[in-house]
Amino acid sequence: MEGRRFPRTVIGPKVRQVGFFAPAAPEPSSVEPDPVDSSSPPLLDSPVSNSLSPVMIPPPRHLSERTAAVPVPELGFRRQASGDFIHIGSYNPSVSLLGPLPAGSPSSRVGFGDGELSEESSTAGCFRRSSSGSFPGGGFDMSSLKHPENLVGDNFAMAGELEKPVGGPEKEEEVAKEALHDPLSCLELLKTKTKTTKVERRALQEAQRAAKAASKAEGGKVVAKSNRAAPAKYSKESLQRKGGPPAASPMSTDKKVSDHPFEKEKKKDMPPPRMQFDDKNRVEKAKRRAIVNQTEATNRVELFRHLPQYEYGNQLPDLQLKFFQLDSVHPAVLKVGSFYLAGDILGGNARCIAMLRAFQGAIKDYRTPCDKTLDRDLTAKISSYVSFFTQCRPLSISMGNAIRVLKSRIAKLPPSYSESEAKTTLCSDIDRFINEKIVLADKVIVGHAATKIRDGDIVLTYGSSCVVEMTLLHAFALGKQFRVVLVDSRPKIEGRSLLRRLVAKGLSCTYTHINAISYIMHEVTRVFLGASGVLSNGTVFSRVGTACVAMVAHAFRVPVLICCEAYKFHERVLLDSICSNELGDKEAVARVPGRMDLSSLDNWTSKDNMQILNLMYDATPSDYVSMIVTDYGMVPPTSVPAIVREYGREYSLI
Amino acid sequence: MWYRSASFILDNRQQNVAALAPDTLSISPPGGTTRTSMADTFQNPNPNPVISAYYQTRAAHHGVITSDWLAQAQAATDQNSDPNAISASDVRVSDPDKPFSVIDEFNDWRKQPDLAEAVAAIRALAAVIRSSKATTMMELEIELKKASDSLKSWDETSISLTAGCDLFMRYVTRTAALEYEDFNSAKSRLIERAEKFGEISYKARKVIAMLAQDFIFDGCTILVHGYSRVVLEVLKLAAQNKKLFRVFCTEGRPDRSGLRLSNELAKLDIPVKLLIDSAVAYTMDEVDMVFVGADGVVESGGIINMMGTYQTALVAHSMNKPVYVAAESYKFARLYPLDQKDLAPAPIPIEFGVPVPSKVEIERSARDYTPPQYLTLLFTDLGVLTPSVVSDELIQLYL
Repeated sequence: MEGRRFPRTVIGPKVRQVGFFAPAAPEPSSVEPDPVDSSSPPLLDSPVSNSLSPVMIPPPRHLSERTAAVPVPELGFRRQASGDFIHIGSYNPSVSLLGPLPAGSPSSRVGFGDGELSEESSTAGCFRRSSSGSFPGGGFDMSSLKHPENLVGDNFAMAGELEKPVGGPEKEEEVAKEALHDPLSCLELLKTKTKTTKVERRALQEAQRAAKAASKAEGGKVVAKSNRAAPAKYSKESLQRKGGPPAASPMSTDKKVSDHPFEKEKKKDMPPPRMQFDDKNRVEKAKRRAIVNQTEATNRVELFRHLPQYEYGNQLPDLQLKFFQLDSVHPAVLKVGSFYLAGDILGGNARCIAMLRAFQGAIKDYRTPCDKTLDRDLTAKISSYVSFFTQCRPLSISMGNAIRVLKSRIAKLPPSYSESEAKTTLCSDIDRFINEKIVLADKVIVGHAATKIRDGDIVLTYGSSCVVEMTLLHAFALGKQFRVVLVDSRPKIEGRSLLRRLVAKGLSCTYTHINAISYIMHEVTRVFLGASGVLSNGTVFSRVGTACVAMVAHAFRVPVLICCEAYKFHERVLLDSICSNELGDKEAVARVPGRMDLSSLDNWTSKDNMQILNLMYDATPSDYVSMIVTDYGMVPPTSVPAIVREYGREYSLI
Repeated sequence: MWYRSASFILDNRQQNVAALAPDTLSISPPGGTTRTSMADTFQNPNPNPVISAYYQTRAAHHGVITSDWLAQAQAATDQNSDPNAISASDVRVSDPDKPFSVIDEFNDWRKQPDLAEAVAAIRALAAVIRSSKATTMMELEIELKKASDSLKSWDETSISLTAGCDLFMRYVTRTAALEYEDFNSAKSRLIERAEKFGEISYKARKVIAMLAQDFIFDGCTILVHGYSRVVLEVLKLAAQNKKLFRVFCTEGRPDRSGLRLSNELAKLDIPVKLLIDSAVAYTMDEVDMVFVGADGVVESGGIINMMGTYQTALVAHSMNKPVYVAAESYKFARLYPLDQKDLAPAPIPIEFGVPVPSKVEIERSARDYTPPQYLTLLFTDLGVLTPSVVSDELIQLYL
């Protein structure tokens, strides 16, 4: 059991191991205020920059060197192609020194100069720390060879406001670390600076943070399903909090050093590591930022400790109480989030549509802060909403894919668009996504799947899938003579509502629980199942119990058809139901409604040696699946990667 | 004796009749129209539902026909006088100003025993483009669509015909050049593409033979089920390359296509042994590999082939012998049968040598579906594929 999770914790810190190679580099920056010796030509500038006031725009000399690229420094913040930002962030002093420095000397010099600037001008100790964050300025210069504008933007922002260096490395740890040091630096500024008003500073700060979160979000190609260790900081609470566990910072600096630009590029394609909830430090950190107060459950099942497991019951009223305090979360988002929390919206498609509608509402009410660009700031906003949703309930694969599409749409907005144009484009894009990828896709699937129901068939379905329901109704409307066997299971007795709807429409149904599956299967001729997601190796991720049904069907040689829209396909590979899953309310398993006599589990929490597991999903191996019905037709489970490959691109093009 | 074939004999008879009384026959189609319009010709194809035309053609080309079989086929055709045969004879007696009919063209091509049905269809469709009087691209495309639809509906039991038509439409019409060129050059381009596609399809067999003969090693024993021109080509090429192997041929009831194959192989001096269909399991111990052709390759990667392929593959699978399928890529069809009954039935006449009591039901299906897990490799002109790649290729081709 333990062994299973062990390699994961080993794999995760791969970065950390690499980092030990050059731990010395950031150290000087934090220990001695002058990294001059370690870096090179750029530092010639430092005296110049030193003389500048922290809030001033970098000297025009620098600007003039690349004026061609940037006519207006304010526009510098405009984002470039999202990919570039990722290895912008990569930071490895040795490389930046050995690398393309000579070629791009002017810009790179500026980058370092600014790092220096922030370094020197800061007097407080906390600044010194944050300078390690600004070191990425050095990282920036590599990319700035290609995109000088970036740099300008960065310089500008950096010099314009020294509260916090706009960091290149978008590593989660980095962000997390800065979350710790940020408040300090803010306070410092409040003391030292008097030129800008509090409001302005706040706005600037917000925007910078947003920008950082944005680049980070894009950088990681966030599969938003995963709970990331450090979601973008957005809650005010985190700002107010001071300090943090000191243990965190050395580790993060190590990590930063380790990042080779090359590795970064490779890493770009990988999804960010999922939050492992058995990692106490990270959980602590994540908790501090959380909006939704979740209490960690006790008596957790050993094998599933890495999954979030909360006590149920008190979060919703808690969230409702906070309604007026949470100005960082749009009301529409808050509403949908609380629906997720309460379990009022169920089903992959419904959840995805609700989320997209909430985003639509938020986009409609969105106004770009004065010194921000829409694409970056909005991406940051979306990321913050996403992490709010994640707190309410872990995202599904479909939601992750939808978020990815939305973010790529924001990233691809032409810079010439005005704010209102951009907003209407995005809203119509969301509409189109819902329409094409969900509504129309369902129609196509229903059309395909209904051809596989023949007269005299006995169709078995498990749980309640809306596509399967539509298929059955469509086949019935076509006049096919068939019978439905509905298999259901505790604790979510979802099948009953489906049963009610089908019976109301006149279909002849048999209702049974999953315990009887092996009994009922021998008379079944087709099994239709829904899915929460389909993974690259053909594994079907679906409501817990699906694997059991598919397995029994396979044993009885009954064809198993999975109805799943192609937008739920994911390029990841899943081998078991343990790595990624969702844990439900344990109380639901322990208690049987209406059976007061079953009280043996009533005080299970007090027993240390007793654990209850309520898994929400399971993974069905592709061997048990005869066919996957998607909007691209009927395909064998082996063709999922082909579809992901061929049409994954389409996601970004729609 | 080997070339005594049912449908040719039937055709000949009908032709004779047509020659004798062309008037009575030309007005025989329902509705009594004289078939002047193109649309009319397109509506005509109503294949004989009692007998699958595809398998009839196969039997005619490769089968060894007995008198019983002939009698049954004759009886079946007489019941509802085959409209295809009529239309064919119709055109043959008519003068050249008669409208072009894709079915006739197809039937003409189909008569060549070496030409696969799909290639015949592809040639016929190319002829449609050539003889089309359309003046705009849209018209031409619609005409082509109609022609291919009529071909497809002419024989719904033929998977390769349907697949070939679909692929032709994809290959020919999906070209960006159509957008900006003027009509005549666009048309000539279409014809060019169509011809190229026909050529590719025609050469497919040779490509497959090249690829597949590497899998035949000296001293191996190959079990072949049914008569497949591709398999024959593979074996022929292997024999030409001085490979030493022997072949077991199943009898291939009901059209006894295995007899035909064994005859062909004997001519090439390949040691060959004939088995009855039920001796497959008995001989499987000696066999090193199983070679089969395919009537159609479906999206799951499984194949649809002559009756008995499934059981042969099952036996081979259970004895861990590789099952190789030789099939041209125009046989890749967008079908996904879940089980045997999921296919449209393709009935053929079956003779048992003795009279069968009328109460006894006879399974007349000509083909079965072999699921992909029982196949080892597919030799196609796209390369040597595992069954799961078929679907990937289809996805790329069609979407």
